[in-house]
Formats: sequence, C-alpha cells, structure tokens
Amino acid sequence: MTEDQVKQIVIDIINEIAPDEDTSGLKGEIALREQLDLDSMDFLDIVMELRKQHGIEVPEADYPQLASLDSCASYLTPKFNEK
Amino acid sequence: MEHSRIVITGLGLTSPNGNTIEEYRKNLLNGVAGVQLMEVRYMGQQPAGICDFDAKKYQTRKELRVGTRAGSIAIYSAHEAVASAGLKFDALDKSRIGVYIGTTEHGNVETENEVYNISKFDYDTRYWTHHHNPRTVANNPAGEITINMGITGPHYTIGAACAAGNAGLIQAVQMLRLREVDVALAGGVSESIQTFGIFAGFKSQGALGFHADVSKASRPFDKSRNGIVVSEGGAVYTLERLEDAQARGANILAEIIGYRINSDASDYVLPNPERQAECMRAAIANAGIAPQDVDIVNTHATSTPQGDIQECKAIAEVFADCPNTYVNNTKSFIGHAMGAAGALELAGNLPSFDDNIVHPTINVDELDPECALPNLVINEPRKVDAVKVILNNSFGMLGINSALIVRKFEG
Repeated sequence: MTEDQVKQIVIDIINEIAPDEDTSGLKGEIALREQLDLDSMDFLDIVMELRKQHGIEVPEADYPQLASLDSCASYLTPKFNEK
Repeated sequence: MEHSRIVITGLGLTSPNGNTIEEYRKNLLNGVAGVQLMEVRYMGQQPAGICDFDAKKYQTRKELRVGTRAGSIAIYSAHEAVASAGLKFDALDKSRIGVYIGTTEHGNVETENEVYNISKFDYDTRYWTHHHNPRTVANNPAGEITINMGITGPHYTIGAACAAGNAGLIQAVQMLRLREVDVALAGGVSESIQTFGIFAGFKSQGALGFHADVSKASRPFDKSRNGIVVSEGGAVYTLERLEDAQARGANILAEIIGYRINSDASDYVLPNPERQAECMRAAIANAGIAPQDVDIVNTHATSTPQGDIQECKAIAEVFADCPNTYVNNTKSFIGHAMGAAGALELAGNLPSFDDNIVHPTINVDELDPECALPNLVINEPRKVDAVKVILNNSFGMLGINSALIVRKFEG
C-alpha cells in the first residue's frame, strides 16, 4: 500500500466522522485541526475507525502521529503493509 | 405567598402526525393517526409512532452523528419553541435561560446499539465507542439543547417515567417563580422507539399493542384494546413570568394555573385510581378552581386493558358532577410518546382555546362499558361553547402521577 492510498483511507474516515467538512483541498503538511473543525473526540473516532475498518491499532502515545495527512501516511503506511 | 403567574408564549414539537402545531392539530381534528409499522431489532415489525421532522434544520451532520435522537428531537423542538415565542434570542442573557426536559428513560438506545456493535467484534470492548458516556448521561437531551443554542443557564432532564412531560413543565414553573431563570424551555422528549428493550419489556408484560390495521393499534377505551404503541416525539414550550411576557408584548398561548405530582406508593407498574383522583383533585385545588371549571380532561390512557379502566374510575369520581367537562385522548392518534407524552398531548389540546373544539379519541369501534365516561369525545371532534381550562393527566411506572392545568389567557 502506498502513502497516497493511506492518505485516502484517512480522508475517507474524516468524511465519515466530520461530514460537514470539505476535505477536497487538504494540505498534507499542515495539521488537520488547522484545516478542519476537528476536536479530540474526532481524533478518537479516527483511531476507532482505523481499528474497526482496517484492524490498525494506534496506541495512545502515538496519537500525535495523526496530526497531519503526511504524518498519518508516514506512521500508518508501514502498519498497513505489515498486516 | 403570592406566586408569579407563569404563561406559555411559545411551542415547538414533533409528533408522529405533525411537525408543527398547525399540522398536528389539523390531523387531530381530521382523525389522522400517525402510527406505522417499524422494524425493531430482534422483534420484527411492530407498530410505532415515528417522527419525520427535518433534523438538519438546526443541526450539522456531525452533531447528528455524535448526538442522540432524543437530543435531536429536543433541539428541533426548542428552536421551534423560541421562534414561535417571537423572542429576540440573540439579545437574551443566555445565563438566565433554563432548560428542563422530561424523559421516561435515557441511555437504553445508545447502550443497546453499542452492545450490538461489539457483538460484531466478538464482544471486544476496545470497539465500544468513546461517545457512549456523553450520549447516555441522563441530562443528554437537555444538555444537547444548551450546546446547540449556546444557553449557559441551568439544564437537566427530569426522569419521571411517562409523567415526565408534565414534570418538565412543572419544574419550569417552579424555577421561574423562584426567579432562578427568566425564560424556560421545558417539556418532554422520547427516542424510545429505537430501543427494542422497551418493546420487549411491554411484550413480556402483555402490554404491547397490535392490530391488523396498524393505524388502529393504539385504541384507548376500545373494548378490544390490547396494549401500548411506543412512539418517539417531543414538545418544548417557552415559559415566562406573565409580567415579562406582557412587557415584551408576547402572544400568550395559555397560563399554567395549577399542578400536582404524587405517588401511588403501591406497585411498580399497576396504576392506582385512588391516588390518581387525589392527584387531579390536588391540582384543581392548586389552581384555585372547581372540577366544574375544567372543560377538557386529556387522559393519560395508554390503551392497556387495565390502565384505561383505572383512569376512567378516577376521572368519574373527580368529575362526577361536571356535565360540561369533556374527556379525550391523544395517544389514540400518536401512540405513547413516553417522556414526551404529557407535553405533546397538552400541545394537541391548546388550540381548543381558539377553536372551541375538543379533539376526539379515535379508534373506538366498540366502547368498553367500563370506560364509558359520559362526556368522552369519541371518533369525531366536538364543538363546544367555550374551552377555557384544560387538565392534562400523565402517569408513569413506579406510581408517579401528574396533573397539569392550563387556562386560556384572558388578562
């Protein structure tokens, strides 16, 4: 799985949990919270959907790795490829 | 002690047969029921009262995803109540608004959904949502109103079984009189059709209603009645002290002149007509009127074989010498909206102050002789000379009784 595919998976999850947000022009390097109206509960939703939909576990200590699309891709791609 | 007079200046609602008071009233006068079949988890098709209000009118899609159905019903009804009151909401001191919402139960829906959810993951609790606790805390529906509307005054729900709609209004009257708040948004809500447990509980109790023609499933006082139709819905009222309402030139829909809540202290589920009669009599005394002054008694009757008879006994006793007191029932149209019932059923009768028509109780094909009150308005609306006082009964499990009395405002 490529980093771009992982980014799309994260965007798809965001579209589910924050359906009022426009995710079409998200910049990879900028924090998601600076571009979207996301709160801490929403990030927990992202963690839950990664677990439910893809069997990916994100330990609490690693939550900061989900800050931006780029950091999500760097952190999650190896996990997807290890499955 | 001289109490402030408390008046109703606004009303918002969603009912299985109407999302505005105009639509709801029209259907009550035209005999249009709102009960339909619904798929209930584990139980198949069951009669239920389902609302179809536009939830996105006042909530974002994310709010709808995170919040509860009870919260959504409460938010819709509260916004409509504020709009109907003609309040300049942005200019109000939000810390002086109180939110008091009655519920029969809360949290069953959300808990059942999560248990079902984790059943798909071999009951691994890592899949249990972090939204569970804010969704299931008992203050949820009232709290969702405050978050959505930016209200910083007090909020809580009133757990009073199926007397809760009246109890929410009574709480608001008391808080306005204590001057804890200047405006109250109060009433009741129900999301109970989303929990199979309520249906299954009534079924096990032998108290779940059904009929081959689903629109007749809820039929209080009919000889063949066989139980309750569970419904969702909500009604929220804007309440103010009379002097405040008059100072801003508000349109006053009614005045709350009396109330009483008491307890049977006798059984978990069986009603107690003696205590019900005591409750009505105490509300009438609290209002400073006589039984003869009551023009409409809106019954609680839920279409159970025993409960309807018991309430009729209590009414027959209290209103024995009242040839001009008419009796009706709203659940025959919308089913039992649980925590919303009292507030929603009162709402359906308020327009009687303007049109002097008593809406009927429908679906009575054969009147049960034990429910044959002399002035029961059956199947067709009744035009009367004048409607000035309505007594609204709502009773609930664990033996909680409530009676609320409203009067047409004439200065």
